[in-house]
Amino acid sequence: MAQARTSTGRSIAAHAVLITYTLIALFPVFVILINSFKSRKAIFAEPLALPTRETFDLIGYTTVLKQGDFFGYFQNSMIVTVASLFFVLLFGAMAAFALSEYRFRGNLLTGLYLALGIMIPIRLGTVAILELMVASGLVNTLMALILVYTAQGLPLAVFILSEFMKQVSDDLKNAGRIDGLSEYTIFFRLVLPLVRPAMATVAVFTMIPIWNDLWFPLILAPAEAVKTITLGSQVFIGQFVTNWNAVLAALSLAILPVLVLYLIFSRQLIRGITAGAVK
Amino acid sequence: MSGRKPIRWHIAVFLAPAVLVYTAIMIVPLFGTLNLSLFNQTPERTKEFVGLANFGTLFGDPRWSDAFWNALGNNAWFFVVHMLVQNPIGILLAALLSSPRLRMAAFYRTAIFIPTILSFVIVGFVWKLILSPIWGIAPGMLDVVGLKSLFAPWLGKEDYALTTLALVSVWQFVGIPMMLIYAALLNIPDEVLEAAEMDGITGTSQFWKIKLPLILPSIGIISILTFVGNFNAFDLIYVAQGALAGPDFSTDILGTFLYRTFFGFQLQLGDPHMGATIATAMFGIILVGVCIYLFGIQTRLRRYQF
Repeated sequence: MAQARTSTGRSIAAHAVLITYTLIALFPVFVILINSFKSRKAIFAEPLALPTRETFDLIGYTTVLKQGDFFGYFQNSMIVTVASLFFVLLFGAMAAFALSEYRFRGNLLTGLYLALGIMIPIRLGTVAILELMVASGLVNTLMALILVYTAQGLPLAVFILSEFMKQVSDDLKNAGRIDGLSEYTIFFRLVLPLVRPAMATVAVFTMIPIWNDLWFPLILAPAEAVKTITLGSQVFIGQFVTNWNAVLAALSLAILPVLVLYLIFSRQLIRGITAGAVK
Repeated sequence: MSGRKPIRWHIAVFLAPAVLVYTAIMIVPLFGTLNLSLFNQTPERTKEFVGLANFGTLFGDPRWSDAFWNALGNNAWFFVVHMLVQNPIGILLAALLSSPRLRMAAFYRTAIFIPTILSFVIVGFVWKLILSPIWGIAPGMLDVVGLKSLFAPWLGKEDYALTTLALVSVWQFVGIPMMLIYAALLNIPDEVLEAAEMDGITGTSQFWKIKLPLILPSIGIISILTFVGNFNAFDLIYVAQGALAGPDFSTDILGTFLYRTFFGFQLQLGDPHMGATIATAMFGIILVGVCIYLFGIQTRLRRYQF
């Protein structure tokens, strides 16, 4: 009996802590979203109230959609993120396969060389990267961003994926070799499908910093036509500091796509992160 | 096996794209930056080799060194706040989430990770608005619990701005240690925990005596990731306080200092060579930190295999 009571008490305490922290995590997002639908007067009078019929107002959204090319920014961000993600996963998986599957001279050294990038942030090379992009005429193109993000994502991808590829059964691969499959077929047909959970983890860890990055878009591609959504909303909000409706609406527009994507994929993400840990 | 093996071209094909892109975009520019810091621009706009003179200016000339030490000190405090607040909260949340038979664990996990997926731009502005004395959400909420006198425009006060921003950053990133520790806790085999229960070690003491020693390597990894991330931070400060990192440079960290120096701001002209010098100094700081971790701490952590 005593055992049962303490465990109930403990679980109530656990829920109390978790609920408190969940409120702290969600409250700011909630406040921004509800206020973006309110009239200017209501935003200041009752900041914590839900929009009612009298206070409901879409003025912020109409201002934002009239002024900034948000769909263009969104499209740029999508192109950059998806393309970088594709190259990181493809090149990363290929290199990880070579490092984990074959024994050759320089294997360990190549692995260490690629792992160096996990510890040393690519931003420190910015000065020279900008010079390189100016020299090759890639400034203000999405290609510049895709190249940089691919290089940035590769070290962690190779590191995580080679850990997982070591777990793929040798018997399976050797059976494939006996059946006359080429090394490329073994990689694309046998190994890649088996490490899909690891690929999901790498995808999430690669995608979030790319989507949210402000540094490289600001430096390598600040032109209007190639602005990403992160840079676009930063510039836009900077211009409209005093127009609270517009700022709140712009913030909500920047939050919503990521939030929806996250809620759709969160189960996948958690499974990826805890892959191999679930008993 | 015969003496000479044929060259296995497929290994080169598998490795080439990653190694090429990584070398061209990451390693070469990194060394390019280190190299650039050894030169200076002459009045005739040509490059001139000056050896380590730029570092002498950065550490010795008060116009530069004051700003540099200020940024470094602020950066160190930024890191300390993360280590003292973010990682313990992350571990606590993970420990609570991993307790068996906890209901709604999936909901909590999903909700607490949401700030981590938001961009710095959103996070910076959201908190700027909430803490703003004009809007009055923060003072209003403090009023409800009778603490209105405690309110101050935190982001505008030199004494509080940096700590406030560090806490905002903690709010954003607490999901990462939480998830990594959570995965590490799930990795502990049931037999170990059952054996502990047989010996009467349960609940909190089980966490301290059994689980914590087992997840120490993960805590080590999180610490070094926090270190690298913090000494490389820029976005949040830039969004919330601008490149000048106000008020009066009290929130200036190495990232904003580098940006200002390299690109210039207002009346100061951009200086790629001093920018490269600062980047090289940051490179050195991160390298020293990582080495201390790898050789001083990681080798002493005991790992357990199950």
